[in-house]
Amino acid sequence: MAYVAVKGGERAIDAAHAWRAEARRGDPAIPALSTGQIAGQLGRAVERVMAEASLHDPELAALAIRQAEGDLIEAAFLLRAFRTTLPRFGAALPLETGRMAVRRRISAIFKDVPGGQILGPTTDYTHRLLDFSLLDDPPPPPAPRAEDPPGPMPRVATLLEAEGLLRPEPPGEAPPFDITREPLAHPAPRDARLQGLARGDEGFLLGMGYSTQRGYGGSHPFAGEIRMGAVTVEIIPDELGFPIDIGEIVLTECQMVNQFHGSRTEPASFTAGYGLAFGQADRRAMAMALLDRAMQAAELGEAVTAPAQNPEFVLAHADNIEATGFVEHLKLPHYVDFQSEAEAVRRLRAAARAEAAE
Amino acid sequence: MKGYNFAYLDEQTKRMIRRAILKAVAIPGHQVPFGGREMPLPYGWGTGGIQVTAAILGPRDVLKVIDQGADDTTNAVSIRRFFARVAGIATTTRTAEASVIQTRHRIPETRLRADQILVYQVPQPEPLYRLEPSRAAARRLHALAEYGAMHVRLYEDIARLGQVAISYDYPVLVNRRYLTSPSPIPAFDNPKLHRMAALQLFGAGREKRIYAIPPYTEVRSLDFEDHPFRPHRADAACALCGSRESYLDEVLTDDRGGRIFVCSDTDYCAGRAA
Amino acid sequence: MNAIPDLPGFPDPVPDSQAAFRAILWAQSHPGAIVTPAPALIVPAPLPVAAGALLLTLADADTTLWLAPGFAPARDWLRFHTGAPEAPLSRADFVLAEQLPALETLGTGSDDSPHDGASLILPVAALGEGTRCRLSGPGIDGTGDFAATLPPGFAAFWAANHALFPRGVDVFLCAGSRLAALPRSVTLEVL
Repeated sequence: MAYVAVKGGERAIDAAHAWRAEARRGDPAIPALSTGQIAGQLGRAVERVMAEASLHDPELAALAIRQAEGDLIEAAFLLRAFRTTLPRFGAALPLETGRMAVRRRISAIFKDVPGGQILGPTTDYTHRLLDFSLLDDPPPPPAPRAEDPPGPMPRVATLLEAEGLLRPEPPGEAPPFDITREPLAHPAPRDARLQGLARGDEGFLLGMGYSTQRGYGGSHPFAGEIRMGAVTVEIIPDELGFPIDIGEIVLTECQMVNQFHGSRTEPASFTAGYGLAFGQADRRAMAMALLDRAMQAAELGEAVTAPAQNPEFVLAHADNIEATGFVEHLKLPHYVDFQSEAEAVRRLRAAARAEAAE
Repeated sequence: MKGYNFAYLDEQTKRMIRRAILKAVAIPGHQVPFGGREMPLPYGWGTGGIQVTAAILGPRDVLKVIDQGADDTTNAVSIRRFFARVAGIATTTRTAEASVIQTRHRIPETRLRADQILVYQVPQPEPLYRLEPSRAAARRLHALAEYGAMHVRLYEDIARLGQVAISYDYPVLVNRRYLTSPSPIPAFDNPKLHRMAALQLFGAGREKRIYAIPPYTEVRSLDFEDHPFRPHRADAACALCGSRESYLDEVLTDDRGGRIFVCSDTDYCAGRAA
Repeated sequence: MNAIPDLPGFPDPVPDSQAAFRAILWAQSHPGAIVTPAPALIVPAPLPVAAGALLLTLADADTTLWLAPGFAPARDWLRFHTGAPEAPLSRADFVLAEQLPALETLGTGSDDSPHDGASLILPVAALGEGTRCRLSGPGIDGTGDFAATLPPGFAAFWAANHALFPRGVDVFLCAGSRLAALPRSVTLEVL
């Protein structure tokens, strides 16, 4: 009888996993990818997985990408589930991006800025032609090196603040909110919003950020500065009481500058939206900065009319681990509820028929 | 399991969940926010129920896991294996033998006892979400016990269709105070919520909420005096055990309209058929 | 650096705190029922064993504690084994009282977040004897009889607390190693 076919779930699960494992590895005649190859040659994928998992570990991110067969949302999920089990030894000091070892730094709002414009290793001006020479991928010739080391590069936002043109950021006092430890309540404070955006799905950030440019939330953004490079991570161990350097990570930071018309208590100025992402991630950092600014609407007394200006809406839907789980859970059995709905629809139809017959 | 704490969660997380559970018991039906953790199973697969179970489970517990009333549905199998692996506890398919029962979408037909705990997996803990999608706004409505919108919604069904058209996740009022989602159980199961001897705990992982119905608590399905709540089941007998009281699954047997009905609660059915 | 106390906490923290929690959960879901969360735990005097067990089970660095002056000898032990920082009475998650505090001095949560109401741990001389009460409400099948050596004014305190529902405090009465819970949802009538 057909009903018996749903039994034996245990064997079915084991067989499904075995089949998946075989499919994942693919043709055994082709050498397996190493995590070093993934971390070294698929860096953008590794950085995205680290961002959405909220865990900086290129090697484990590479392992997750391989295990997930390149499904980056699944890879971020694997890495995040691992992150949850890790003990916390302490919190890093705020990263000083003003002292970044800059590899790339551009400002769209000034022709030149102190420290200069540095394109860095960008694809911005490549022609998007498939490069068939990469089928063999021979090592490229070495890139030219700058003769002089770059000079100091103050953040453009700092320069604008000095002139009073940019609304200064109030200094944070309390330890930042941590959405991975505490449930988020709305209206969410900005630190919680930024954390939510930092681990949000890149596609969602991009689409929502884009919507602000198309009129859904009136913003007039300028890319004040995008900088990318290595930043030192420091902690203060309890037993030492002074900061020590525990390593460095590569980050992309973006400050979007938007006009602010001023209010009854404040003169007109510019306001900033902030984006920060692991690795070289202009798109992610820029989209995040657009959304950060859009979500300040209520605080700045602007009309909240668009989805991107509604922090509850954005933060509740930005997390792709939550979203993919809930969308995909619809494939779990729902036949009990469907049966109750079917009975209800049959009752309603019978009632309608009886009424029509009268 | 090597490398992981008993029942997977670290002790600090368990304490946080245990505190939320105790407050939830003290305020029946109120959704207590908790710092839900990422679990190694996807959101929507029962991460809330799993966290609640992991926080209460001890080495002497006997765990039963059901999905759609059945022990052998794939997700029930998967969760039962998870706990057998990370907690090394005994599992059972027998309702009467279990000390903790984790469920998705059903309440067992067998009457539960005071020494048992029923843990529900909850996809959407907010009963008002279709009427008020902002959780911040919904929280205000709960604070004010302002549930008029839900009564209007039910009344509109009656005016338009002659009956309430909600057939599962039918909203209840717990202890005469909080409007509460019973999770997507069929409305047929709602009467079992009322004055149940077992403690009922509800975990919503993605939405990060825990709530509870203590033993013997009044749980009323929303209705009107002239349109009292009525649970429904398919008007048939189980093809395996003959039950005319249990909730039935409909199984299509061919493509010419052939169908049979069988008990959704596999343990209840097997016990009767034996 | 915190002083390292002479007495250990739970001998086997993972199973011991789980067992204690289940006892406390039973008490909270069956108001008036008497449980023994950790029969073998040794705590510094004059802390009741049950109060020590409850705090070891539930308090940590993420919760705050207010300690009545008479329990100062247990301060280092609690601090070391729970890590819970102390806070003023009105902001403490766990209040370890000697006498019944005034309800207005305790955190009772807000209408939006009634779960922020404090847990009040109240030592009593005896459970199962003393003032006889009748309890009703969630967790109780009909009505339940209960007795404890309740402090003076407790009935009025409880009536005011219950009237705040869903705000309010939840009380854990501790006599030696035994504990009974009175969640705010319960109605108490002195017989």
